[in-house]
Amino acid sequence: MTAGSPLLQASNLHTWFELRQWGFLRVGSVRAVDGVNFALARGESVAFVGESGCGKSSLARTLLGLHRPTRGEVTFDGEELSTLKGKARQRYLARVGYVQQDPFGALPPFMDVRRLLNEPLIIHGVRDPAAREERIRRVLEEVRLTRVDEILSKFPHMLSGGQQQRIVIARALLLEPAMIIADEPVSMLDASVRVEILNLLRNIQRERELTLAFITHDLSTVRHFADRIFVMYAGRIVEQAPVDELLDHPQHPYTQSLLAAIADVDADNALEERDVPGGEPPSLLNPPPGCRFHPRCPKAIAGTCDVREPPRFAPREGHYSDCWLHDERHGS
Amino acid sequence: MNRWAAGLRELKQYPSAIGGLAIILFLIGLSLYTVVTIPYSEALDKWRGGEQWRMHPVNAGPVWADRLAGGDKPRTQVVRSTETEIREVPFEGGRQVRIPLEFDYHNGEFPSEINLFLRTLDSSRQAFVRLNWKTPSGETIALGGQRVARDDRISISQNPSLEGRLGMVPHIGLFAGDSPPDAPEVEKGRYRLVLDAILFDEDARLEADLAVYGRVHGVAGTDYQRRNLMVALMWGTPVALAFGLLAAVGTTITTLIIAATGVWFRGIVDATIQRLTEVNIILPLLPILVMVGTLYSTSIWLMLGVVIVLGIFSAGIKTYRAMLLPIREAPYIEAARAYGASNARIIMRYMIPRILPVLIPTFVTLIPTFVFLEASLAVLGLGDPVLPTWGKVLNDAQEQSALYNGFYYWVISPAVLLMLTGLGFAMFGFALDRVFNPRLRTQ
Ligand SMILES: Nc1ncnc2c1ncn2[C@@H]1O[C@H](COP(=O)(O)OP(=O)(O)O)[C@@H](O)[C@H]1O
Ligand SMILES: [Mg+2]
Repeated sequence: MTAGSPLLQASNLHTWFELRQWGFLRVGSVRAVDGVNFALARGESVAFVGESGCGKSSLARTLLGLHRPTRGEVTFDGEELSTLKGKARQRYLARVGYVQQDPFGALPPFMDVRRLLNEPLIIHGVRDPAAREERIRRVLEEVRLTRVDEILSKFPHMLSGGQQQRIVIARALLLEPAMIIADEPVSMLDASVRVEILNLLRNIQRERELTLAFITHDLSTVRHFADRIFVMYAGRIVEQAPVDELLDHPQHPYTQSLLAAIADVDADNALEERDVPGGEPPSLLNPPPGCRFHPRCPKAIAGTCDVREPPRFAPREGHYSDCWLHDERHGS
Repeated sequence: MNRWAAGLRELKQYPSAIGGLAIILFLIGLSLYTVVTIPYSEALDKWRGGEQWRMHPVNAGPVWADRLAGGDKPRTQVVRSTETEIREVPFEGGRQVRIPLEFDYHNGEFPSEINLFLRTLDSSRQAFVRLNWKTPSGETIALGGQRVARDDRISISQNPSLEGRLGMVPHIGLFAGDSPPDAPEVEKGRYRLVLDAILFDEDARLEADLAVYGRVHGVAGTDYQRRNLMVALMWGTPVALAFGLLAAVGTTITTLIIAATGVWFRGIVDATIQRLTEVNIILPLLPILVMVGTLYSTSIWLMLGVVIVLGIFSAGIKTYRAMLLPIREAPYIEAARAYGASNARIIMRYMIPRILPVLIPTFVTLIPTFVFLEASLAVLGLGDPVLPTWGKVLNDAQEQSALYNGFYYWVISPAVLLMLTGLGFAMFGFALDRVFNPRLRTQ
């Protein structure tokens, strides 16, 4: 962590989706984000890691103001997100860029690249077309797109996946953000361009001194692209530590099984299927009592893990993990 | 935009697209020509009818139709005194004037009517005229004499005493020569109507126009009010196209915006729109229009307004909603929200354009349905009170029992134009459908 106040802080953040029957009967809530706390410093790159369905995208959308948190709050640069209205909210949206998973889906298919890159600028009141064009060309250069003139008049479907994602990144950079939230930015791209795009994001983050929240379900890629890692499980952060510390000394059994799963498999393309430890992913509708991981945990302590929710422990310097195993009384 | 260009290029492969487009362009061309050559106010004035049409025959068919059928029906001939030599003999307190109105008649069929229009100018007292009809064979038939008002019409065809003497209606008898009354035949040659007038003023003048009405007129024929049907057929085109286009644009755009608004805001907004649509779908459009037309006004603009208002919550909303629902969740819309696009912008710029190409064919085929609706209203007697339209022509034809009386042209020409409009838009629309809805293409 660097000095100064954090750029973004989430405290006790909950995002639940109400499930209704026949449109009105409440039958329960999907607890996609269920009590998350963290603070991101300026210029820091962090990774949120967790298996599919653990609430990573919901967390990203909540941070972007696309979902209203059910409870808790997001504070950005000292201002609480839910209190922002009108101009102030627009300013916030300009300061946080969003890079989605599916680059083709993220681009309006009926707009050419020039048009779709003009959109955010128009919305944020850049009136002069020449000024917009100039800013667009600048960010396109920044995302290393060549033959800009040609690309500007193309439609998204005429571009390769890598080019599409560069356009998405360019769009996120257009409004001079202080932070970028990238939700699995490479998971839908060809393996050959993934590293390029990740490097690009990392370089831009360093050059612009951005805060980068990088969401992935793939622990094998994070080492070079993040400073810190948050491991998510069933809507919660279960472990957090600087990247090397976490990868070299995983503390939480869930993280350990994630890492073991990677080590098992060598082939690149098999990674996605085997990046999850065995057993059923937890239900977010009826989360298991106690520690949410206990039904799948090889080290679960009967009578404790299935009853009481684990508090945050700090088994190592700067390394936090929510697991009863770190409790003195149980040893380990 | 590229997608459109590609679509247009592909359209060329469909003969129905070319044909439909040709028809549509023809109709548009005709509309423009009409609006330029017959200005709106002039068209309204002409269609109001009256004296301006007095030199036109009643219920005359199109010339080409007669000639195609091998007929030899006469056209209307007008002989004016201003173009003839007038002989004047002055006398104490006035003048005697002789006006010979001459014309050649070579058609195989008799004229439909004969009128003489008289005007006395600069006269304080009524003039007196005596008429003599001279046939090619040199026979003279006296048509009698009468005083002339300032602006007078002598209906020679409707002179009962003359009809009695000839044994036939005058416009046949005067041309029949010696042929028997039960099988009259035209005596061809030069006819003359000689006016002998007595004017009781020094500088009084008399002008006379003889109209020998034919049985065919122009391209479109005339109606029972002597009006040239061409005015209505031509002016009907821009009116029909404008009505169809405005109604189609009005209903499609409002429906689209409302459907997108419902989909975007969901919840109570969507539910309200859905219920309104369901109620509106069962409301019958035509009876409501008939009611408005009967109780309020039949102005075409009012009708257009009612059509659009009732069209806002039309069944289209359900279709558009089904198309928009998946788009609502598209990542590009989420992205737009994340960079601050307003609700209105998302609806107008991100949701609607997405389904617009798919709607264009439907839109094109929607146009003629409104054209037909307008025509139906007119046929029902709820046409615009002043505008000449195809439907109004059909309505007149129906009221005058045109088909029963054998005036087929009166019904056929507007009907053909209506069908042509339907055909053109349908052909073009179906071709567009194949281009823009690729699902149909594989069939
Ligand atoms: N808008 C929503 N409405 C209802 N449920 C949702 C919504 N978005 C996500 N969820 C649910 O929340 C859970 C977490 O989803 P998500 O945040 O997409 O996880 P991840 O990105 O980690 O795969 C899933 O069970 C998903 O079905
Ligand atoms: Mg996700």
